[in-house]
Amino acid sequence: MATIVQFENVGLRYGMGTETLSDVSFSLTKGGFYFLTGASGAGKTSLLKLLYLAQRPSRGLIRLFNEDMVTFPREKLPLFRRRIGVVFQDFRLVPHLSAFDNIALPLRVAGNDDRDIEKPVSEMLAWVGLSNRASARPATLSGGEQQRVAIARAVIARPDILVADEPTGNVDPEMAARLLYLFDGLNKLGTTVVVATHDLHLLSRIGNATMMRLDAGRLLDPTGALRHPPQMREA
Amino acid sequence: MISALRVSAADRRLLPEGRMAGPMPWVIAIMMFLTILAAAAGIALAGSARTLGQDLDARLTVQLSEPNPGLREVQTREMLVGLKRLAAVKTAQAVPEAQLNALLAPWLGNEALNNDLPMPALIDVELKRTGADDIAVVRELVAMIAPAARVDQQAKWLQPLADLLKSLTWLALGLVTLMTIASSAAVVLAARAALNTHRATIDVLHLLGSSDNQIAGLFQRRIALDALFGGFAGLLLALVVMLLIGERMRALGSELLGSASLGWGGWALLFLLPLIGVALSTVSARITVLRALRQIL
Repeated sequence: MATIVQFENVGLRYGMGTETLSDVSFSLTKGGFYFLTGASGAGKTSLLKLLYLAQRPSRGLIRLFNEDMVTFPREKLPLFRRRIGVVFQDFRLVPHLSAFDNIALPLRVAGNDDRDIEKPVSEMLAWVGLSNRASARPATLSGGEQQRVAIARAVIARPDILVADEPTGNVDPEMAARLLYLFDGLNKLGTTVVVATHDLHLLSRIGNATMMRLDAGRLLDPTGALRHPPQMREA
Repeated sequence: MISALRVSAADRRLLPEGRMAGPMPWVIAIMMFLTILAAAAGIALAGSARTLGQDLDARLTVQLSEPNPGLREVQTREMLVGLKRLAAVKTAQAVPEAQLNALLAPWLGNEALNNDLPMPALIDVELKRTGADDIAVVRELVAMIAPAARVDQQAKWLQPLADLLKSLTWLALGLVTLMTIASSAAVVLAARAALNTHRATIDVLHLLGSSDNQIAGLFQRRIALDALFGGFAGLLLALVVMLLIGERMRALGSELLGSASLGWGGWALLFLLPLIGVALSTVSARITVLRALRQIL
């Protein structure tokens, strides 16, 4: 399996403060399933921000899809962002758009016509159990429903990488299992999935998942398996 | 400009559209109203100044102030014959005594005019073209026939008025420029305010892969529509005001004010101003939004 993401000695500092992430090095293989864990404030969200190109590192090297993202021209970033689905911790749904339109956003941004959007969005709404809430605005949806809309939006465009920040934090265990099943399904289709979570029960649900643990901004990798995954060592 | 308005219905929904809710269209309407009035005044004054210049530059008045009425009449006749023979002269006409009396009556009174007050004879001369050589030829002839006679260039004594008209034209042009700058500044502020209002939506669109051009397109469309409404509302209001002022000017019956017309070119420019305003607003909004977006990754 090819490497799709590579971090080498990445550091991230906001303003003049101390480093939020220090010397983070790992490689993600295409089609891998990763759980990112760590205590609150360990730097999970910061690491995910680097992954979904919301932030450039203060130092180190980040390669995504074989391109150096540290020096990559800003104007070309949108094309890469379209290959990454993101479930934000705070959902970030567009308040004046319906659930349907929120889910359709990535397809519209990619330039799809309305007639090409209708079917996949309706199917996705059905999948997350929100067919009857298609025209509802986020403010009228419960926290769990908003989270499902956010997840549906992240996966609708079949991204190469799916990044989810606490995606099951607001849903009941049954829905959490369903969503994880959706992620697993996408992963089997070749999407690399990275899920940041506190919920250690989730880890046991995906058999072949790799766990990444952050501690005070540093990635724990005692065996070096994250830095040099087995397939890379073979290569 | 048309392409700035061409956004799909779905994309339009990405930014909430409260067209008449904000003050922007009204601000543009007021600015456009003032701009059109200033432009109209500028065009009309420029026309008047041009007409005045053309009329006066080629006009002379010969004043024969010979106190002996008989001799004055002879000199006047000889002068008219001599002037009409000159190649440079287009027309030469003696101002009728009745007209002269009518002009002076308000100052001297009818009684004074009837009491053998020696009145000068005036001859209006129109030259074929304006030029110092032609005026010199006329002066030479006048000096030969009546050495005491005076030749006045009408342009000289009306020059201050012509200068005033020109100054007012420049003032109007300056006002149009200032109001264009102020309108652009208002659009820039509105675009920045809209960016701040929709910051969260823009961040999401950005992270989902929207390009700067896609986001700027949404804003420029909104501003273009606001400018279109405001521009034509301002134009409509300005037209009403101009029609009313035109009526008042016609009622005055002044020749100078009557020459203050806009012409087809002037009217065309006034109708173009709202469209120019839309284009300017669209470009200003686009540049503002693109600059602001470049500040974020």
